[in-house]
Amino acid sequence: MSATGIIFSNIHDSNLPELTRKRTVASVPFGCRYRFIDFALSNMVNSNIFDISVIAHYNYQSLMDHIGSGKDWDLARRNGGIKILPPYITAYANAANALYTTRLEALKSVSYILGRLTADYVVMSDCDVICNVDFNEIIKFHKESGAEMTMAVKSVDLDEKDAESSTIYYSDDNGFITDVLAFPKKFKGRADVGLNITVINTKYLQQIVMDAIAHGYTSLTKDIILRNLGTHKYAVYKYDGYFACIRSFADYFKHSMELICDNNVRNSLFGVKNRPIYTKVRNSVPAYFSTDSEARNSLIADGCRIEGTVENSILFRGVKVSRNATVRNSIIMQDTYIGEGAYINCVVSDKNAFIKDGRLLSGTEELPYYISKNQIL
Amino acid sequence: MYKKQQCVAMLLAGGQGSRLYTLTEKTAKPAVPFGGKYRIIDFPLSNCVNSHIYTVGVLTQYQPLVLNEYIGNGQPWDLDRMQSGVMVLPPYQGKNGADWYKGTANAIYQNLDFINRYDPDYVLILSGDHIYKMDYNAMLQEHIRKGADCTIAALTVTIEEASRFGILNTTEDMKIYEFEEKPAHPKSTNASMGIYIFNRALLEKYLTEDEADPNSSNDFGKNIIPKMLGDGCKMFAYPFDGYWKDVGTISSLWEANMDLLGEKPVFDLKDKSWRIYSRNTSMPPHHVGEKAKISNSLITEGCDIEGIVENSILFSGVTVEKGAYIKDSIIMSGVHIGPGATVNYSIIDENTKIGENCVVGRTKTMGEDITVVGCSIELPDNSNIPGGAMVNRDWLEEHK
Repeated sequence: MSATGIIFSNIHDSNLPELTRKRTVASVPFGCRYRFIDFALSNMVNSNIFDISVIAHYNYQSLMDHIGSGKDWDLARRNGGIKILPPYITAYANAANALYTTRLEALKSVSYILGRLTADYVVMSDCDVICNVDFNEIIKFHKESGAEMTMAVKSVDLDEKDAESSTIYYSDDNGFITDVLAFPKKFKGRADVGLNITVINTKYLQQIVMDAIAHGYTSLTKDIILRNLGTHKYAVYKYDGYFACIRSFADYFKHSMELICDNNVRNSLFGVKNRPIYTKVRNSVPAYFSTDSEARNSLIADGCRIEGTVENSILFRGVKVSRNATVRNSIIMQDTYIGEGAYINCVVSDKNAFIKDGRLLSGTEELPYYISKNQIL
Repeated sequence: MYKKQQCVAMLLAGGQGSRLYTLTEKTAKPAVPFGGKYRIIDFPLSNCVNSHIYTVGVLTQYQPLVLNEYIGNGQPWDLDRMQSGVMVLPPYQGKNGADWYKGTANAIYQNLDFINRYDPDYVLILSGDHIYKMDYNAMLQEHIRKGADCTIAALTVTIEEASRFGILNTTEDMKIYEFEEKPAHPKSTNASMGIYIFNRALLEKYLTEDEADPNSSNDFGKNIIPKMLGDGCKMFAYPFDGYWKDVGTISSLWEANMDLLGEKPVFDLKDKSWRIYSRNTSMPPHHVGEKAKISNSLITEGCDIEGIVENSILFSGVTVEKGAYIKDSIIMSGVHIGPGATVNYSIIDENTKIGENCVVGRTKTMGEDITVVGCSIELPDNSNIPGGAMVNRDWLEEHK
């Protein structure tokens, strides 16, 4: 049983406009020291998938910087390893439609690589789903079900807003898909929501991508699954562990805060035996807490220096909180400096921001105040 | 195919470090953890890389498992290289029998083949038991500029300390005219740091001669250096004025760790132009709980802190439960401190479990020695470990 991984790094960028202005969804920082893609990559590596392609689209400098040679995920390998696939567009392509927007279009653009795959299965994952899952379980389930394609789903209660950015799968008693609703309006209630983790037979993937190119198909759900429900078997894999789907800036804030408050969330992401989450190693020094520091209920990464007060917050690597400064209910990304006496509440500060002495900044939990990268306040 | 290297570093890492007692029961001294996320050997290895020396032989002998595993292919220090990199060199069995490394000089002698593969002009000899940041390349340039046969790094110590070191008596231009090993009445305060640069051909000559001498104890300080001086070789001291600490004893290890603390630490690791690299543990960020209070301490990834931590260093993955109190202590990776336990002026080695309401050590002001609890020990609830105790499995048996 061999499998190859494909990760879509830009799908759903538009959900997080603030954080993806200068980066891909894949490289959005999350949980003190990680980036979204670390979860998908670690899940694959922990499931013995060591041949991974990351499909990039635009703004992928930060992603390339993060991944480097791949050695921090054990993916700097002679056979397989990690590849970033930038857009493959000829100079004569139709400029208006040059860049793809859907998964199927992204796959079409890398058909030359797909054609060369020799593994039995392909595991495809987006980046905005944060979970620690064993892909081998899904592959095993997929193999036994005899389906061409298996989608991981989780049964959740949806409100109308969440439903608009969800794909809902209906399945029969045997676990085969009977209907799919993509981004339904006015939907409410319990449903199996897709986690955007798909296991597919390699041969079938090659075939549908060729079909899609020939017929100009653009959507995996509409043009492939819904058209072929009668003739092909597509299964759902019901996942019941923790997952966080980051569909909006508020979601980002909410799920980050969950990491602090909920032991179970932390354990189900980071405490799983034999399945650690890897990230780029930065060789920071341990975090230093001064004599006057007050830190409570927070997650703090290495390289931080705490001289002031930190409460209910997430501090990424290399953040400095100066004397008498207070940071509450906030997410402070890498290398941000918080000046003396500053007061920060419900703020998401992007990398390397500089907050001057005595500044007073506050957002709300529903609408956190966002400070962009390298900004001086 | 080996590429010529200007300088090859040989890192002596075979020492037992018997004065670290239970801390080196299962590990060689260079692999003893230090400063929250490092091991002692990270310092010379990082210094090598930062000094652009990418060929490093690590000579191991005593309890090499942890050390070998830690060094691995050298990836954390960027020493996984195509034509050089780090290489672990254990003693081996040869055609004429097998020998342990009899002394520092003999260890290098047995590995002349390794050195000669790279056809280096210079050989840098290092030891794996000191904490410091030093630019070996600057020392090498000085060695070349002076046209020296051998350069020895020298640290200025107080006259009282001087009798514990090898002392280099020099003329004004730092030329060494006399070397005294641990003199009772030292004439100068230039102490040898055990860091030598030799011209390779000369080193090979002296090592070969030394090996042939049955009365030699095959030691650089005792044999090679005095012999070269006697022969009139050009030998210079290279003054070093940065932070340097021999962490050969429990108290010096404790002090060196504490030197990392404070508003302006005596030894600052944060300098980005001279990073100290270490093997990463892939642990999540540390969590500071509702009731936690941390002051003047270093905390590393994977820690979960609900208790009070003062003037201490916590390595990765340490759990401090509610009501626990840690002061003036070094808590190594994976240690679990139970609820209500108190740890004072102690070093707790890796993966040990301190039970509920245990009392380990006494406050520093009471004047008792540092308490040490060895690795992978489970202290039963309500245990009371007196100040200065060296707790390992045997100790626990005796004190049941």
